[in-house]
Amino acid sequence: MFRIRLRIGLLSLFFLLPSFLVAQAPNPSLQPASQADLKSLQDAIHAAQMNADNAWMLVSAALVLLMTGPGLALFYGGLVRRKNILSTMMQSFAMMGLITILWAIVGYSLAFAHGTSFIGGFEHIFLRGVGLAPNPDYAATIPEQTYMVYQLMFAIITPALITGAFAERMKFSAMAVFLSLWSLIVYSPMAHMVWGVGGLLNASGGHIPSLDFAGGTVVHITSGVSALVTAIYLGKRIGYPQTNMPPHSMVLSFIGACLLWVGWFGFNAGSALGSGPLATSAFINTHFAAAAAALGWTVAEWIHNGKPTALGAISGAVAGLVAITPASGFVQPFSALLIGLVAGVFCSFMVFKVKNWFGYDDSLDAFGVHGAGGTLGALLTGFFATRAINPAFGPGTATGAIDGHWGQVLNQAAGVAIAWILSAVGTIILLFLVDKTIGLRVTPEDENTGLDLSQHGEEGYDLNS
Amino acid sequence: MLKIEAIIQPSKLDAVKDALLEVGIEGMTILEARGHGRQKGHTEFYRGREYTVDLLPKVKIEMVILDEMKEKAITAIGSAARTGRIGDGKIFVSRVEEAIRIRNDERGETAL
Repeated sequence: MFRIRLRIGLLSLFFLLPSFLVAQAPNPSLQPASQADLKSLQDAIHAAQMNADNAWMLVSAALVLLMTGPGLALFYGGLVRRKNILSTMMQSFAMMGLITILWAIVGYSLAFAHGTSFIGGFEHIFLRGVGLAPNPDYAATIPEQTYMVYQLMFAIITPALITGAFAERMKFSAMAVFLSLWSLIVYSPMAHMVWGVGGLLNASGGHIPSLDFAGGTVVHITSGVSALVTAIYLGKRIGYPQTNMPPHSMVLSFIGACLLWVGWFGFNAGSALGSGPLATSAFINTHFAAAAAALGWTVAEWIHNGKPTALGAISGAVAGLVAITPASGFVQPFSALLIGLVAGVFCSFMVFKVKNWFGYDDSLDAFGVHGAGGTLGALLTGFFATRAINPAFGPGTATGAIDGHWGQVLNQAAGVAIAWILSAVGTIILLFLVDKTIGLRVTPEDENTGLDLSQHGEEGYDLNS
Repeated sequence: MLKIEAIIQPSKLDAVKDALLEVGIEGMTILEARGHGRQKGHTEFYRGREYTVDLLPKVKIEMVILDEMKEKAITAIGSAARTGRIGDGKIFVSRVEEAIRIRNDERGETAL
């Protein structure tokens, strides 16, 4: 018995011995840390934080591009008649190419360079000075090129949204010229006013600080109002409204709408310009608003028409996403639900009733959803924005009306008004110019043949081949 | 030789084909068609506006048969396709002038 205990004791000692050796030997790396060590540690942490933000921002940029191609291309494509599917998709795709080049040459500079309250200058023409170092005016933790390319995706989708108003009747050449010029004289100035350094409506330091987290005014009001103006200027499609022109493929539109919903996480949560908690707030608000709005439109339609349609449901979701866009990084989640619900019902009303009252042919409801939804969202942002989510005006300062700052609703209204006016005036001028030089609308024969054949010499589906 | 053209409900196609096979008629051409007789269309909603869709999906069966098969064919099609409701369809009979088998240039009733 004693021998067994002895062996156990010796065995334990044997295993414990190395720890005694280690504890007693001096460890050369446990010296007091030097200043240089601390600095390089801080630099490494900072670099890791920046890389985290950059990773999310690059993903967000990709998500926003996905919203245009194929999100919007499919959504709009499915809604038009079969003979126009390719031309509709081409319009979105053309923006992906054209706007990229314009943005790189001068668009980014006009939007985000130093300039006046209304427009940026030529400091960053050809992306001069836009490198991999951050631009602290906009986002201190990501390369400015990340910021530039992220903003580019917004510049791409905004004119693409307008194509919904003039679907099935605009010449491809005229569309390319019109939307390119529109990007320079409406989009870049609006982006500058709301987000650019020194911009009139900039939330930090502008004369009329306006809260637009991800582009309710910059993207949706401008495109929506421009869409309305274009639809009226161009006139109705041949046969509208007597002839029924139902979507040729709700399947494609459905897929497109889902891609828009998911892509919108990049649109809104990416506008946090980082991967921190604000991105989470915007992400959740985006999703909640989409869901509530889809429900709102569906129920409104069920009551109004007796049946809930798939088109109504997906349009509702998009309306909610539009309305939450300016509010996404400023409001509480249940405010987002409410914003979405109201937007779903409101936009359905715009499309079912108001469009028919006035009789304009906004073919794919770009105004009814983006223009109206964006306006509603911008105003509701002034109401629901709270410092609890985003102290946009300073840590102790009220943000929106529910914090007590009712004046913010007026500021929002000012931003909305400026967006409406800039869009309407800019669009009318450009439409007039392009119409008198190239001509905007296709001939009636080409419109009846379909734009795929008349503009592109192609057919979208050749099911017999 | 007679041509039988039958316009029927798409859901009755399988039943009609089986019935024709049972009476010995094997060759036929099936076309997808749209149309209506006295049957009203259905309403669809697009953006809050109600539209009537007049052109309903139908199936058209065409076959060329020997004269003596006429009543068998009509009975087979009729009983298989009938539901008793408006929209059941119609059968038309016409005379055929010539029939040719492309494979070996056979002509007349043997080509059927």
